[in-house]
Amino acid sequence: MTAGPLVLVIEDEAQMRRFLRAALESHGFRFLEAVTAQEGTALVTSHNPDVILMDLGLPDLDGLELTRRLRDWSATPIIVISARGREEDKVRALDAGADDYLTKPFGTGELLARIRVALRHQEGATDTKSGAVFETPLWRLDQGRREVSVQGTIVHLTPLEYKLLVILVRHAGKVLTHHLLLKEVWGNASAQPHYLRVYMAQLRHKLEEDPARPRYFITEPGVGYRLRWP
Amino acid sequence: MTPERPDPDALLRKVQDAEAREKRAKLKVFFGASPGVGKTYAMLSEAHERKAMGIDVVIGVVESHGRSETAALAEGFETVPACELPYRGIFMKEFDLEAAKQRRPHLILMDELAHTNVQGSRHDKRWQDVLELLDAGIDVFTTLNVQHLESLRDVVAQITGIVVRENVPDTVVERADEVELVDLPPEDLLQRLREGKVYVPDQARHAIDRFFRKGNLLALRELALRQTAQNVDAQMRRYMASEGIQKTWGAGDRLLVCVGPHELSVRLVRATRRLAATLGGSWVALYVETARHQRYTADDQARIEAHLRLAEQLGAETAVIEGGISIGPDILRFAQEHNITKIVVGKPARSRWREMLKGSLVDELIRGSGDIDVFVITGDRGEEASRPALAPRAREPWTTWLWAVLMVAAASGLGSLLFRPSELADIVMIYVLGIALVAARHGRRPSLLASALSVAAYDYLFIPPYHTFAVSDFRHIGTFGILMFTGWLIGTLTERIRQQARLARLREQRTAALLRLSKELAASAGSMELVESAIRSVAAQFHTEAAVLLPDANRRLTALRKAPAFTFTDQELGVAQWVFEHGEPGGRGTATLPGAKATYLPLRASGGIVGVMGVLPKGEAQWTEPDQRSLLEAFASQTALAVERLDLADRNEEARRRMDEEQLRTTLLSSVSHDLRTPLGAITGAASTLLEQAEAIPEATQRELFRSILDESKRMHRLVTNLLDITRLESGAVTVKKAWTPLEEVVGLALNRMEEALAGRQVNVDLPVELPLVPLDEVLMEQVLVNLLDNAVKHTSAGSPIEVRAWSTGSSVTLVVADGGPGLAEGDEERIFSKLVRGSRHGSEPGAGLGLAICRGIVEAHGGRIQAANRSQGGAQFLVTLPLEGPPPGLPAEYEEGAE
Repeated sequence: MTAGPLVLVIEDEAQMRRFLRAALESHGFRFLEAVTAQEGTALVTSHNPDVILMDLGLPDLDGLELTRRLRDWSATPIIVISARGREEDKVRALDAGADDYLTKPFGTGELLARIRVALRHQEGATDTKSGAVFETPLWRLDQGRREVSVQGTIVHLTPLEYKLLVILVRHAGKVLTHHLLLKEVWGNASAQPHYLRVYMAQLRHKLEEDPARPRYFITEPGVGYRLRWP
Repeated sequence: MTPERPDPDALLRKVQDAEAREKRAKLKVFFGASPGVGKTYAMLSEAHERKAMGIDVVIGVVESHGRSETAALAEGFETVPACELPYRGIFMKEFDLEAAKQRRPHLILMDELAHTNVQGSRHDKRWQDVLELLDAGIDVFTTLNVQHLESLRDVVAQITGIVVRENVPDTVVERADEVELVDLPPEDLLQRLREGKVYVPDQARHAIDRFFRKGNLLALRELALRQTAQNVDAQMRRYMASEGIQKTWGAGDRLLVCVGPHELSVRLVRATRRLAATLGGSWVALYVETARHQRYTADDQARIEAHLRLAEQLGAETAVIEGGISIGPDILRFAQEHNITKIVVGKPARSRWREMLKGSLVDELIRGSGDIDVFVITGDRGEEASRPALAPRAREPWTTWLWAVLMVAAASGLGSLLFRPSELADIVMIYVLGIALVAARHGRRPSLLASALSVAAYDYLFIPPYHTFAVSDFRHIGTFGILMFTGWLIGTLTERIRQQARLARLREQRTAALLRLSKELAASAGSMELVESAIRSVAAQFHTEAAVLLPDANRRLTALRKAPAFTFTDQELGVAQWVFEHGEPGGRGTATLPGAKATYLPLRASGGIVGVMGVLPKGEAQWTEPDQRSLLEAFASQTALAVERLDLADRNEEARRRMDEEQLRTTLLSSVSHDLRTPLGAITGAASTLLEQAEAIPEATQRELFRSILDESKRMHRLVTNLLDITRLESGAVTVKKAWTPLEEVVGLALNRMEEALAGRQVNVDLPVELPLVPLDEVLMEQVLVNLLDNAVKHTSAGSPIEVRAWSTGSSVTLVVADGGPGLAEGDEERIFSKLVRGSRHGSEPGAGLGLAICRGIVEAHGGRIQAANRSQGGAQFLVTLPLEGPPPGLPAEYEEGAE
């Protein structure tokens, strides 16, 4: 198989489509484009793409609604594209089932990173699952032994810190909304959102070189957190 | 003989008048001498003709009184449905003014102009409904009998012996564009009456029988004919005057009628009205208020008010002035000041000696009138009987009488001690002194007592034979008389002085009240404050509850402020709205919507009606007295002027603000267009070079060009983001979504975002571990930090370090971004936070001067503060202080598995 993964871009702006086509094709992706939500839906059905890039502001249907509809029957990763200042839109899209988002304007590097993360989770969602070992240049998580070490030294994490870390690792590279994290870690989405911030700060203090300039535990302002990976 | 050349102004006025008449709605009155002459029939007949001409005619009210001819004629017209009003437990049908106005026909038929509306209607009288219809631009046909005409009321009563209760002011009939006399000779009318063609209600049969006598009918017919002739004459004169045919009268007569509480005043007013109509002049009804006014009974005061109102209804101007003891000079002064040509006064029948003693107003007026004519109308005996009764004077306390007695006793004692009985002249002087003292201290009546006692004591003690009241020498009688007279004179004079002083005090109080009000109003800063002080002043001055209603943008009134007792039902608001729209007082105590709980006065300022003042009397309605009322009106107009002043000030302020904004927008636009063009220029240049000469450029240079395209794009992005941010902040579109956040998180966000720009810089971050969580919006606060860091990078040399520190005071947290650059120029500390302002020492770095303005906007939206200062060791620092708003909710304790 020589053909790269198939990326479907649903975007009404021609300039954006041109840029995306150039960037993706030059990196070995196959490219498929749609201008409207309707067209996009048809292409998802007919071509079953590996990743969908979708602008939130489509002429015929709200991107949020399209995400919801697609999620009814398709598990294809969806990355939404939106502008800064529309954090609520992003959160809603993510909660509706989108996998990640890109904020305009973005560079090729960011774009490719997001697509790769989405593809990786799509293909082998198992390789970061329980029992596996997750390793960064600085620290290491051994889920089999429930152990976290920084440069060889075992670091003690509280159960909630550990739980939070495991969830971040399981979705490494992907953005996770406050809502989702609270639900996963505290089992209660309506838990006080600052619990999460406090625990995240604790993780940073334990697993970051400089907690004021995090390399791994990245804040997505107004949306949630992301474990930077790779 | 040359025709008189009309004055150009008058010509213009004539044209305007003609236009106004053309435009304004037409009133036609079908005028008759008595019921049964066929007015309604005539009206309906003409209405049919109009309808045949294609005019939209509807019936407002037509009373067919069961007459089949009339009823038949009324068919074929649309009728405005009547509304039903509850009256004493039953529902009464009444003409629905609002429905008629909504329907907006071209012509409406309103039978029985003199009808009194059911209580609860908007107006008391149907003629008021008609005026409002005319104002609304609807033509009106109406019917009227001569006996209902206000100015003829007395005459009709004299002829027929029946007092008509339902009157129509003459001005309404004068307003008519056409008056058609519906005439029927008395014989025919009586014939119709016998045939049962005239509607006669059973309960009134007796009165009606008295009414429909041939003599009455003849007289009434003559009255009606004369009235119609007068109308026609007036119209003709108006026409002649307007066409410049002939000068019909001189400067125009101006009549003055003096009214008082006396019943005669009603006749005076009506007579003056007739006289004024005949002469074609205007007239003024005057009441001179003296100290005595305070002592009139409530009934009398109400009557004075009623007389003035009657005059107003009959088309007079009214005036109330204050006068001294003798009102003659006051009346004459008023007359001269107002160019009065004729004065009408009443002469109540008085006994001759009284007149000789006190003088008469009539004589006084005639003597001082100069070239003003004085008309005297004499009252008859019956009217004398109803002479106004003065309320009893305030009783002097018994101690005053005691003082009088004591003073005489003292004078007697002193007299007998100091002088021998033969020095009678000196003794008399002592008594005079005593009387004078009593008069000065206690007024006239005690002084009279003192005089009498003095005479008695003087006689008893000092006139031989001593210790008897007998008088041996007849000359002493003269001394007694002189003593008595002196006492009376001194008493009367002091009494006058006291009265005048009281009056002056009263006036002074009034002036002071007004002055106080205007001072308070002038000191009020906002409309709320102004309205409140107006309400307070009115409430204090008149012992009432007050409210002020001002219109909103749609000219609907809303109660801006009100006393607690004021409750605004829809009905009360409706009355206020009516007052606002028509500019006339309404509600309780007025002719319009008297059913309302409160009285509403329009707030009339120079530019029109600015609002309405509502006054709700507590208990007794004090402000219905003329003086209180005029004072209340003065209060209202003061308030109106103040409201208008404030309104103008607001508008000025608004205009200035708009100009400032406009100025700012222009500056912003020019600054932004410059800042946008610079990166665009670089991008365009680099891209076109790459596109056209790619082969000729070495690869390293190509990369450089690509890099500059990317950098410039980012710069543009930053600028556009800033622009959007400032716009959203200013329009209030930004909502701050606060969450308890560690400062470290925000600092981390900003440092990561600025990673590229900060590359190679030393950034010292010092955030104590014990820093509390801060309630903030991370998206917005990140922007603040990014802007501050960006500034630090831009304004300092590449090698100088940047510091980020924070501390907490317990109630707030302060975050500092400090640099080691040149610092701020003096005076820049505050200035640089303004939009489009850049520091005086900024270098060549581009920037629209929005960054710090955005920072301030965001921080202030958080309830915080941002300041700039120079550091002692050099460089600038920016301090962001955010309030903590109490401690964050605690974290649930976490129990570790297998905790040690």
